[in-house]
Amino acid sequence: MAYSNKVLDHYNNPRNVGSLDKGSTQVGTGVVGAPECGDVMKLQIQVEGDRIVDAKFKTFGCGSAIASSSLATEWIKGKTLDEALAIQNTQIVEELSLPPVKIHCSVLAEDAIKAAIHDYKSKNSAESATNEAAH
Amino acid sequence: MKLPIYLDHQATTPCDPRVVEAMLPYFTEHYGNAASRNHKYGWAAEEAVERSREQIAALLGANAKEIVFTSGSTESINLALKGAAEMYADKGKHIITCQAEHKAVLDVCKHLEQQGFEVTYLQPDKSGRVSLEQVAAALRPDTIVVALMWANNEVGTLNPIREIGALCHEKGVLLFTDATQAAGKIPVDVEADHVDMLCLSGHKIYGPKGVGVLYVRRKNPRVRLVAQMDGGGHERGMRSGTLNVPGIVGLGKACELARTELESEAKRSAELRDHLEKRIFSELDFVHLNGNREHRLPNNLNISFAFVEGESLLMGISDIAVSSGSACTSASLEPSHVLRSMDVGEDLAHSSIRFGVGRFTTREEVDFAADKVIAAVKRLRELSPLYEMAQEGIDLKTVKWQAASH
Ligand SMILES: Cc1ncc(COP(=O)(O)O)c(C=O)c1O
Repeated sequence: MAYSNKVLDHYNNPRNVGSLDKGSTQVGTGVVGAPECGDVMKLQIQVEGDRIVDAKFKTFGCGSAIASSSLATEWIKGKTLDEALAIQNTQIVEELSLPPVKIHCSVLAEDAIKAAIHDYKSKNSAESATNEAAH
Repeated sequence: MKLPIYLDHQATTPCDPRVVEAMLPYFTEHYGNAASRNHKYGWAAEEAVERSREQIAALLGANAKEIVFTSGSTESINLALKGAAEMYADKGKHIITCQAEHKAVLDVCKHLEQQGFEVTYLQPDKSGRVSLEQVAAALRPDTIVVALMWANNEVGTLNPIREIGALCHEKGVLLFTDATQAAGKIPVDVEADHVDMLCLSGHKIYGPKGVGVLYVRRKNPRVRLVAQMDGGGHERGMRSGTLNVPGIVGLGKACELARTELESEAKRSAELRDHLEKRIFSELDFVHLNGNREHRLPNNLNISFAFVEGESLLMGISDIAVSSGSACTSASLEPSHVLRSMDVGEDLAHSSIRFGVGRFTTREEVDFAADKVIAAVKRLRELSPLYEMAQEGIDLKTVKWQAASH
């Protein structure tokens, strides 16, 4: 299969590879996909106020899955949580020129962003709840 | 070194220059129709075809009269299974095969099921092998054919054909074996191995593409087949159509070379394969051999690199031409049916790469490939959340995964 230049670029020079401290209350972690389906993405965000100040990813999956998640981290850095939530998989498809058989990779990347934000929000609402209870 | 390095010799092989040389005169000089009985052109073509039949028979321990020319293994498989099923339907309608067979066999069996035949699909063991006991247990009074491959095209595992053949002969059941990968690579003797029908294909043994053979036993027992193509009644009525003389000459030469060089070539390719295997296993952790170390083609190596997806690995080793058992190309994401039937685990099936060394592969090329693979796996593992989890001591089997939203 021929890959687009953008997919190749992200595959060869993935942006923001790595991990953030998943125990930190400032960090949200999303893990989506399953090994038996051939792709798993872990996407993490570090949040200050309502802004994503850092993002990291690790992906098990084909080149298009790696590129989709790499691109996702690039896009969400500096965005507010609401802006990041508005990112749609079709934008990833367009940017990377993904063929129809690889659309699921972009879906997974969108899911990973949402899962990370969800994790951050639920962590912090639980946190404030316990904080309140302690007072 | 010419890049990319070709290590996909189970998919196809280059034509040996000696084969090409033998074929050339039959395009432009001896271009007669082998069925033309009235002139020199026809005689020259027929003579060449008969010489090829002898060369092929010699490789298989068969008689030249038992060789039927076809367009390749897919056609041979269709002729053998459909032809025998139709011919012997009165005797019974049960066929035994295996889940790890090539799609050509599985799809023909599916077709026969629609025609009212009943097919038992044996599940191979974790190494891809079917046992004599499994076949014995599946045999029924109405079984007419057992169809089992000699060597598997993905993992290289060899089935115990000789033992199964003896059992089939004892029970009066025909044995068809797909020897597309085995012929020319390991010793084959249709007499000692009790084989009734066997297919091979030119392009897998350094011969041309589009030409193959079905061996059909002529005595003890005499196998009869219903032709699947109507026409001039060539090939003892089993396969009509003007013979592909240059292709047949090439296939004959390829079989002769394979026979005379079989022993030395098997030894040489096994050494290269073992070298590749040793390097990968000593320089990487979490690697799994798919297949059977003991009963295996000398030139095949199938490895799963845990925590790395096959297609991304192929991208990272674009300087080597190999195949992956992963098929991340559809929404269903189904990995190879062979690895699934062996129950290696879907995650490992997605991580598999097949290496096949060949007649012209050098040690330098193997070392280059090993370097590339090892570097790519290490890099992709740095990217892999699964590798990270495994290193943290998390058992991936206990993790609750969230599949994609559609
Ligand atoms: C085991 C096996 N059987 C059958 C075939 C089909 O052979 P052909 O390409 O000659 O039709 C192949 C090749 O892909 C094979 O490996």
